[in-house]
Amino acid sequence: MNPTLSPSNQIEIDNVFFGYGARQILKGVSLKVPRGSVVGIMGGSGCGKTTLLRLIGGQERPASGRVIVDGKSIPDLDKSALYAARSRMGMLFQFGALFTDLTVAENVAFPMRENTQLSDELINSLVLMKLNAVGLRGAAQLKPSELSGGMARRVALARTIAVDPDLVMYDEPFAGLDPISLSVVGQLIRKLNDALGLTSILVSHDVVASLKIVDYVYFISDGRVVAEGDPESIRASEDPFVKQFVNGFPDGPVPFHVSAKDYRAQMLSPSAP
Amino acid sequence: MPIRTSIGAVGEKAANTVERIGYFSRFVVGVLRSTPAVFSRFSLTLREVYFAGVFSLVIISVSGLFVGMVLALQGYETLSIFGATESMGVLVALSLVRELGPVVAALLFASRAGSAMTAEIGLMKTTEQLKAMEMMAVDPIARVVAPRFWAGVISMPLLAAIFSAMGIFGGYLVAVKLIGIDPGAFWGQMQAAVDVRHDILNGVIKSIVFGIAVSAIAVYQGYAAKPTAEGVSAATTRTVVTSSLAILAIDFILTVFMFRGTGL
Repeated sequence: MNPTLSPSNQIEIDNVFFGYGARQILKGVSLKVPRGSVVGIMGGSGCGKTTLLRLIGGQERPASGRVIVDGKSIPDLDKSALYAARSRMGMLFQFGALFTDLTVAENVAFPMRENTQLSDELINSLVLMKLNAVGLRGAAQLKPSELSGGMARRVALARTIAVDPDLVMYDEPFAGLDPISLSVVGQLIRKLNDALGLTSILVSHDVVASLKIVDYVYFISDGRVVAEGDPESIRASEDPFVKQFVNGFPDGPVPFHVSAKDYRAQMLSPSAP
Repeated sequence: MPIRTSIGAVGEKAANTVERIGYFSRFVVGVLRSTPAVFSRFSLTLREVYFAGVFSLVIISVSGLFVGMVLALQGYETLSIFGATESMGVLVALSLVRELGPVVAALLFASRAGSAMTAEIGLMKTTEQLKAMEMMAVDPIARVVAPRFWAGVISMPLLAAIFSAMGIFGGYLVAVKLIGIDPGAFWGQMQAAVDVRHDILNGVIKSIVFGIAVSAIAVYQGYAAKPTAEGVSAATTRTVVTSSLAILAIDFILTVFMFRGTGL
């Protein structure tokens, strides 16, 4: 599937530049996410993957370029319009970002209590349904501190889909998970996307887990899209960057060493590094 | 070149200071604009009053009791020189309701509750809970910051009143029960000399202003903290230091305006 040919895209990012001060993070990124698909954004740590999600969610504004979500230009929205757009989005943060003073059930209920006028009885029923969908109905009364990393990620997933968003963004959903939890979270992302008719963006550097569930992948390096394709074409790619990333080679287009002074000269220098 | 460099450094510091003041002002305006939302869901603020106010009761009560007792002991030594030990009640009450009650209670509140507010908000920022809230279309200023700010403003005068009451009780224990001053003189002179508007109301006004200052500083430092362990630690320290200095400076200014031309 090539998203550029899709007649209806949930997200269109066009020639986006963004930086923190003098440090340029994104240098002309363009990509499209078709409705109903799971699109992966991959790249090394610090390449700008999470920044891209923050731009889509309107938490940052690009220096230039367009960020269109569901037909709306996100950087041009005022606060109330942005919050209205966010009420149709969900975001799963890297470590869950659960509210530590609330129970699991209260965490899942939070967006419903804040953004809807539903009765307590209905919210309680919906919370049980969402927790059942991620297999954690039995953990409803636990506090986040009592959960394992995988369970916390699943609770956060239940909270993310609590208000039935159109778009869900996953920021490193596999980070720090054991193989079983990783597989469970991956399956949940795919199944929830298809069952609920969502559009999903998956930011990860876990190539193996991500390629199992995504429809299309963009690779980002040094603030640019350097490769893209469906999982089969990515696995078969001869592109040096993609090969290094997919196979985990320590050296290649992404060098092992950070740019530094001459090693010999620095070792012989009396000054500290 | 060194002169140009140092001028540049001064300019950069000045620009940073102005930027910080501007950010703080916008933040406070944001908190105040959230006030209608806060009072429409007052249960959130009541919960914070419980954490900030009720949990501070022990330290406030015990400190007030001891300050009052020490005040009576020290006062007795001085008053006895002039044969005016019957005025002990006046000395203890005026010292507490005008100055020590609002000021010491505010300093203790900044250390106990202000630092806790900063640490809690700072840790929520560090663990991305505030960002998660924003992405759920929930304004963290209205949901997290403003209820804590108003809880501090509401709690402060109540805690200052409890501090003063416990201090007066401590003074009574030492003056009447320990030293043996006539209880009628102790309470009677206090009743005659302490003016509701001039002394008690001014003390209440002071404690409300301190509550606004401490709460604004505490929630701001938490919200603006760097999202790291060191950042939250530094922000917590800044809350206690900045609040304490602000309390003492504001107290001086308020005292000048409240008691000028009255012969104090």
